[in-house]
Amino acid sequence: MSSITGVSVGDELSDPSGAPNSGAGASTGTKGDRVFGGLAMGAGLLVVAIVSLVAIFLLVQAIPAIGKDKINFLTSREFTSAQLRFGIVQLLWTTVTSSLVALVLAVPFAVGIALFLTHYAPPWFSRIGAALIDLLAAVPSIVYGLWGFYVVAPKFVHVQDALNSVLGWIPLFGKVDTVTGGATIMMVGVVLAIMILPIITALSREVFAQTPVTHKEGALALGATRWEMIRTAVLPFGRPGVISASMLGLGRALGETIAVLFILSALPGTTKWTWSLFNGGSTFASQIANDAPNDQNDANSMGALIAAGLVLFVLTFVVNAIARVIIERRKEFTE
Amino acid sequence: MDQGSSPATIGEEALPGLDTGRSGGRALKNNLATVLIWLAFLIALIPLVWILWEVISKGAHSVTSATWWQKDQSGALPPGFDHNIRGARHAIVGTLEIGLITAIIAIPIAVLTAIYLVEYGRAGGNLNRRIARVVSFMVDILSGIPSIVAALFVFAVWVTTLNLHLVPFCVSLALTMLMIPVVTRSTEEMLKLVPTELREASYALGVPKWKTVLRIVLPTSISGIITGALLGLARVLGETAPWLFLTTYFAYLTYSPFGGNGIASLPTLISGQADNMSGAPISADRVWGAALTLIIIVLAINLLGRLLGRLTRVKS
Repeated sequence: MSSITGVSVGDELSDPSGAPNSGAGASTGTKGDRVFGGLAMGAGLLVVAIVSLVAIFLLVQAIPAIGKDKINFLTSREFTSAQLRFGIVQLLWTTVTSSLVALVLAVPFAVGIALFLTHYAPPWFSRIGAALIDLLAAVPSIVYGLWGFYVVAPKFVHVQDALNSVLGWIPLFGKVDTVTGGATIMMVGVVLAIMILPIITALSREVFAQTPVTHKEGALALGATRWEMIRTAVLPFGRPGVISASMLGLGRALGETIAVLFILSALPGTTKWTWSLFNGGSTFASQIANDAPNDQNDANSMGALIAAGLVLFVLTFVVNAIARVIIERRKEFTE
Repeated sequence: MDQGSSPATIGEEALPGLDTGRSGGRALKNNLATVLIWLAFLIALIPLVWILWEVISKGAHSVTSATWWQKDQSGALPPGFDHNIRGARHAIVGTLEIGLITAIIAIPIAVLTAIYLVEYGRAGGNLNRRIARVVSFMVDILSGIPSIVAALFVFAVWVTTLNLHLVPFCVSLALTMLMIPVVTRSTEEMLKLVPTELREASYALGVPKWKTVLRIVLPTSISGIITGALLGLARVLGETAPWLFLTTYFAYLTYSPFGGNGIASLPTLISGQADNMSGAPISADRVWGAALTLIIIVLAINLLGRLLGRLTRVKS
């Protein structure tokens, strides 16, 4: 080998961390290698190009519409693309709060289930349990929308009324008259929580399973109960993983379109501002999905929607990038 | 396990509290945590069972009738109208066809990207390593792009920039963007599992790198790659947003991905009929039937993927 490539045998040994040495020094002079390597690199660069083009195209096509905007894009609540009035405050509020509600509900459950699958369930059941939770991810989002609006929302009204009567003094749980039938931000948050549960669970389970056995045995040897062992060894080890998993879940929730479109009752543009979670509204995604089929022939309206899409893109980009940074940092820490 | 006592010299029963292993308050906390963690799992199963129950009980009689799989909705529209038509063949065909086109475009790109990340990026020169980092980051970002943003992007390119008319193929383009990251990530994991010794043995025989990848690495990991591709396909088939505004719902059976009439799909069949649902039982039948069909298709592809993966796993 070394005689062909000029690389010493030592270079070819796989390094102790287990990363395969993919033969950096293997012959690369042949035509086949240049073609194949080029193809592979081309595919990779295509992915880079797609993401960059998404940003560029959305930006370029959003600018003219924002220029014609008759109200302030960043501070107004009104979004009626046909009248050239696009403000994103209401959309931003609904998008972020519904996703945060989803996150607050989903993370404790996801962590609990991940602990259950790694440290409580008998091994034979752990696999079945994981598959059952994964099934939630296999349900198409439109089915969540159907189920949420037609089946759950009418029953959810009672939950909301109960919450309102107990916690009504907090603005988030205040009473709202505009929306009846339970199709509220809160309800959307619950459905989104169910939708993002599998991804957070799967990733948390992975990190919990990787907790070094020595940490766990150390805790147990000091007399810790199972819960104390988890609290002192498993949870601290898994925390960065859980945080980045939650971020990925949040990204999903922010961009979910059709379930939100189905469930959330849209508000007329003139309704009063309220902090309540029992209000209706639209998220970026649901507003776009709702308006786009009608606005397609109007460049200005479409531009407004593309501007909304750009904000959503930036939002999910930031959240996913944070998740990625946390994962990278953790890798350095464990290696 | 108490301080200062060795289990070897003192019998366990001699230590008060050791049968529970700890003092009252800590034992209580431990038991409480156990209960809560079991509860978390059981509560999470409620929505799953509930959804499946609703969809199956409301959609079963549509799906179990032969008409559902044989007829389209052409008779349900004027002129001709037979409002009792429950067929969804057009939507099933449309969904699967667009899914297939998506897979044909997405899988080669995704597999090649994964090959680049693993075979060229991890062990390549400095340049390759740096490019691979960027590519890997972008794959993550792509996987986080909401489907509606992907659809907006396709619209911005196809209609606004290229001045073309929307055709069903546009949906495939948007779905491709969503499928690539899923398949890339799973393929990457599979390629990493291929033992280095295999590659080295091949290099040692003087086989060039590209042939090693094509003849040794890919065949070794092919089952995992297929699994990943099927899981990726299952994920995008359930998407609705790109269908909603990149194509129009067409109530007749059509096979043309470039036809100007649009194409039917299960998601758009659901969203189109859902508005009449409360008033018209036949619409409700179509909606829940389509929902059940969609779940069946997605689950079948999912299961097939997992089964293939389990049967032909790389043994290390």
